[in-house]
Amino acid sequence: MSGGCGRNPPPFPDNEDQEAELDTRVLDSDEDDDDEGEDIFTGARSKPITPTSAPDEGDIFSEEGSYIRSDVHHATNGLHSDEELDLFTEATVELTLTNTTSQGRREIIGPTASACNTTHVPNSILKPSIVTKTMEELEEEESGDQFELNIAVTNPEKIGDGMNAYMSYKVSTQTTLPMFLNKTFSVRRRFSDFLGLYEKISAKHSLLGCIIPPPPQKSVVGMTKVKVGKEDSSSAEFVEKRRAALERYLQRVVAHPSLLQDPDVREFLERDELPRAVNTQALSGPGLLKMINRASDAVNKMTIKMNESDNWFESKLQEVENEEQLLRRLHAAVDSLVNHRKELCINTAVFSKSVAMLGSVEENSALSRALSQLAEVEDKMEQLHQQQAFSDFFILAELLADYVRLLGAVRCCFEQRMKVWQRLQEAQSTLQKKREAEAKLLWANKPEKLQQAKDDINEWESKVSQYERDFERVTCTVRKEVLRFEKEKARDFKQHIVKYLESLLHTQHRLVKCWEAFLPEAKAIA
Amino acid sequence: MTSISEDSDKEKMRSVSVDLNNDASLVIDIPDALCERDKVKFTVHTKTTLSSFQKPEFSVPRQHEDFIWLHDTIVETEEYAGFIIPPAPPKPDFEGPREKMHKLGEGESSMTKEEYAKMKQELEAEYLAVFKKTVQVHEVFLQRLSSHPMFRKDRNFQIFLEYDQDLSVRRKNAKEMFGGFFKNMVKSADEVLISGVKEVDEFFEQEKNFLLDYSIKIKDATAKAEKMTRSHKIADDYNHISGALNNTAADNNTAFKKHLEKCAEVFEKLRKVEDRMASDQELKLTELLRYYTRDIQAAKDLLYRRARALADYENSNKALDKARLKGKDVAQAEENQKQCLQKFDKLSESGKKELTSFKARRVVAFRKNLIEMTELEIKHAKNSVSLLQGSIEILKSN
Repeated sequence: MSGGCGRNPPPFPDNEDQEAELDTRVLDSDEDDDDEGEDIFTGARSKPITPTSAPDEGDIFSEEGSYIRSDVHHATNGLHSDEELDLFTEATVELTLTNTTSQGRREIIGPTASACNTTHVPNSILKPSIVTKTMEELEEEESGDQFELNIAVTNPEKIGDGMNAYMSYKVSTQTTLPMFLNKTFSVRRRFSDFLGLYEKISAKHSLLGCIIPPPPQKSVVGMTKVKVGKEDSSSAEFVEKRRAALERYLQRVVAHPSLLQDPDVREFLERDELPRAVNTQALSGPGLLKMINRASDAVNKMTIKMNESDNWFESKLQEVENEEQLLRRLHAAVDSLVNHRKELCINTAVFSKSVAMLGSVEENSALSRALSQLAEVEDKMEQLHQQQAFSDFFILAELLADYVRLLGAVRCCFEQRMKVWQRLQEAQSTLQKKREAEAKLLWANKPEKLQQAKDDINEWESKVSQYERDFERVTCTVRKEVLRFEKEKARDFKQHIVKYLESLLHTQHRLVKCWEAFLPEAKAIA
Repeated sequence: MTSISEDSDKEKMRSVSVDLNNDASLVIDIPDALCERDKVKFTVHTKTTLSSFQKPEFSVPRQHEDFIWLHDTIVETEEYAGFIIPPAPPKPDFEGPREKMHKLGEGESSMTKEEYAKMKQELEAEYLAVFKKTVQVHEVFLQRLSSHPMFRKDRNFQIFLEYDQDLSVRRKNAKEMFGGFFKNMVKSADEVLISGVKEVDEFFEQEKNFLLDYSIKIKDATAKAEKMTRSHKIADDYNHISGALNNTAADNNTAFKKHLEKCAEVFEKLRKVEDRMASDQELKLTELLRYYTRDIQAAKDLLYRRARALADYENSNKALDKARLKGKDVAQAEENQKQCLQKFDKLSESGKKELTSFKARRVVAFRKNLIEMTELEIKHAKNSVSLLQGSIEILKSN
């Protein structure tokens, strides 16, 4: 057992090339034949690595053109869409360049995709920023063109004092898309700006049946602590949580092809000074109005019973609702994990100090030294636990929380469609009434009113056909959106799961190192 | 004297005390135990070549209270005042698993069948762990007695090993229990005594200071270690997460489902490793600290007894002086003084030997446990590493 396999765990890169890191890890697992103890864990290891992963990483740094071939394979592997839809491809690349800022780099590539890769910086602040984006293959133009759009939200700064203070965030964009004025630019935004953006987008696009990513939630308690100026770890954590959430929000917004085209989004990213979004405050007039609207919507939802020609929508909605519940439970379980790890962290720190005290009174010098070393090991474990709790939270818990809210947005999307249908129904019944009125007039022989009736009928006929078209369009959009969402979700989860497992792996590696460093000390006791 | 053995490779060696069962003339172990509700019945098995026993090999059933009786009678035996008396084994504590069982019963409705089965499995494992620990600790107690040249000859010890009837008649009745309680009160007065007594012997002065300080620190370390290992409930959370992931996956039928299922599998496997990590840490580290807290107390008791003997001797000196002054009962006082001196010297001599060997024993035990714990932690962490690496590969290649 001691002096076992002599394999060194791969050095965890802080700033290394992610390519190198992945390759070493790939190699290492090949060499690994450490089969100590029960072999219940060896099941997965023997599977060879498929060739698609390795070349993909390399391609990120090379010419973009070379993506195309390998990625088509990659893209077609997991996809089996029954609809005659466009080939969904995805492009996610992330490089963390510095320690303090995290830049989510995404490449929007027309018809093809590149692999998803993520690294994270294992520093004191872990900033897991993964961006998953799907892009529809554009039918005509933009084929073969590849564009870049990176968004990062960084540098939170407190502006002002007291209850009027607020946090201002730097929103940086890096892009090659021609619709923007510059290639690189940044602006400062505050939280209400993000909410304002959501309101604007929502007003325009939700009626079309798009899934609008929901913004991060307001938090009166959290913000008040920050405003009051408490410089403790909980308010720092809150700010970091919010910063990461805002970044993910923006990245999801621009990942949506139609939203990206929206001028409001562009303005948000580009314009130096945005007019203050006032109707985002909870207790303002418009805020109250929104609440009332939401309540009436809820009532409506209960009373509308759609006549579905296609079962797809009904079953899909049911699926979405179920999934939302299940993800909520999963999120609760992960939350509990985070809390327990934090508790373990605290207890380990306390224990470490106690062991140090014990070591200091121990009369046998070798044992005394060993006990002090043990105290140090436990101290390091505390740090590891803390970092792991961080990862637990930012990689898993936040992902789940985001998706619970996103599923809510999907549900809204379905509701929109129902509203459109309702409008169509009402128009149809109005048309019916107009026709009946016309018939009555004909029978009653009142020619002067007949023209009016005919005009009415024409008006309502065109409205009905308009609304029919609307409904068709919304139905089609909702379908596409849901499928796009599902693919994105699958990819997002996979990425995050992999990233999370990598964080666990990293922690376990460090654990091994800690204990291996301690072993000679323990053996030296005499 | 207990022989110090550097041999830490023998599997049969108990971790907390490394020098037991060396002598084939008296070999004791507890091969099995029964748990009936709250009571644990240990089967004490003895193999001996000593003629003082009736048979060369025999087994008797004993309860925890019997062990306590044996310990107390040895403590009360005047002859053994100069020895460190092996600490009594603590009462079997099934509170943890019992609580868990309660929670399991309550939460049964809210869990899936798999989760329930898993938790039940965990509960059984925990129960088993507590069981093993209590057997070990009772066994070590007997083995320390059997490997000590004086204790092994003790009549009560032999009765304990041999007497094939219920020992309850000899056990403490209520009156004696109160006596014991009183004795404990007196003991804390002894703490004051022990720190107040003027010490001429350098060795004992050092020992006193060391033991007093050390006992406080080790008690603290034990408490913190217990808190830490108790809060190592990560395995439970992994279990819940795994269950929730499986639930979520069950409803789906896309690539999403596969990812979730794979993730659930990883969590399930990790849970087992985490569980083992936590329990190994508990066994090797926390249990070690617990045992030595008790042992240090036993060493301190020796110092108390010696300090009392010293006080007695000083009193006898004063009495002798008074008698000489008065001219009455001088012979008696002289005799008394001589006896006290003898007792004190005997205690000091054997006490020195005992304390020296205790030091060595402690160091060896710590070394063994720390090495074993470290090796186990490394092994488990490496298992996790390979498990995670494999899973990451699979997920990425999918």
